[in-house]
Amino acid sequence: MSFHKDHELHGRRFGRNIGVGLLLGGFIAIVFGLTVVKVLQLGEANKFERFDHVARPQLEPNPTLTTEPSE
Amino acid sequence: MTDVSFQDATERLEAGFGDYFALLKPRVMSLVVFTAFVGLLVAPVPVHPFIGFIGILCIAVGAGASGALNMWWDADIDAVMKRTARRPIPAGKVQPGEALGIGLTLSVFSVILLWLATNAMAAFLLAFTIFFYAVVYSMWLKRATPQNIVIGGAAGAFPPIVGWAVATGGISVESVLMFVVIFMWTPPHFWALALFMKSDYDDAGVPMLTVTHGRKSTRKHILVYAALLAPVAVALAFTSVGGPVYLVTALAMNVWFVKGSYDIWRRDETQAEADNYLTEKKVFKFSLLYLFGHFGALVVDAVFRNAGFGAWV
Repeated sequence: MSFHKDHELHGRRFGRNIGVGLLLGGFIAIVFGLTVVKVLQLGEANKFERFDHVARPQLEPNPTLTTEPSE
Repeated sequence: MTDVSFQDATERLEAGFGDYFALLKPRVMSLVVFTAFVGLLVAPVPVHPFIGFIGILCIAVGAGASGALNMWWDADIDAVMKRTARRPIPAGKVQPGEALGIGLTLSVFSVILLWLATNAMAAFLLAFTIFFYAVVYSMWLKRATPQNIVIGGAAGAFPPIVGWAVATGGISVESVLMFVVIFMWTPPHFWALALFMKSDYDDAGVPMLTVTHGRKSTRKHILVYAALLAPVAVALAFTSVGGPVYLVTALAMNVWFVKGSYDIWRRDETQAEADNYLTEKKVFKFSLLYLFGHFGALVVDAVFRNAGFGAWV
């Protein structure tokens, strides 16, 4: 059994904290949503795909030149 | 310190979330959101709905930030005027420094986010709008000239230009005309209010036209601005954003508005006091409808255009 009764001040601070929490959550949702939209607007991935630190022969401009054996 | 005095102090000084939100002038924000949305919607470049939403949100937050800066600067005036005495700062709920901090933070935040989400032009225009309202209007000219309402009107007229820039990345004759409509509409709208809310501005010592140039001159100014506004409002019908719905709306509403302003001009104070400023109140109420009518008609024409009813111009 608790004898402690919350002051009305705590109620108001609780409301303020909830408000700030919702704002921060909204900000995260905005940044995430913008990221998704901006990336999707780039179009098909193979149009802007690059090497990404790994050699990828399929992205070479003319791969046949390097694969044909020389006589 | 007794428990009682502690309780009194906390109740007076502790602001709720709603008090901070009130700093952003939500009612003004609703007009900003509406006109910016129309500017964005009628623009010829389609915008992704989420980007458009973020754009309008940034414009609304930027407008709210300039409102907070205005409340910080004008706290002394607000405390004197009946209409504004219950705002968070004069009411003692929010400290002036808090309002300044919120205003500055939200200004920077909204401009940067708008830049990242849309383009540099839209962000620049939003930053300029905030600067214009907070510095040029609130700090510089509001207390210095009876034309303060005209200057303040310019700040309130920017949102459709910013909305248009969110979509197009630029400024054009259509967005400038939307700006001019709000810019020319603001003085007769506020001066009609000042005619029947006379004591408020007098007490605060803000140089309103009604005080510095007299009420007869204010009536003349209302008529002149309404007459100059009419051709600009109708001209918008013949641009790429106009259409038959807008043209009919603009013609009807401008005839009524000029007629109402003419009625205000013809009256003197004795007549106005006799019927408790009936004409002035009617014109003020109609002026609210006027703006929503014009921008609403632009949306209707845009919907028709997008539905394939063809371009008007």
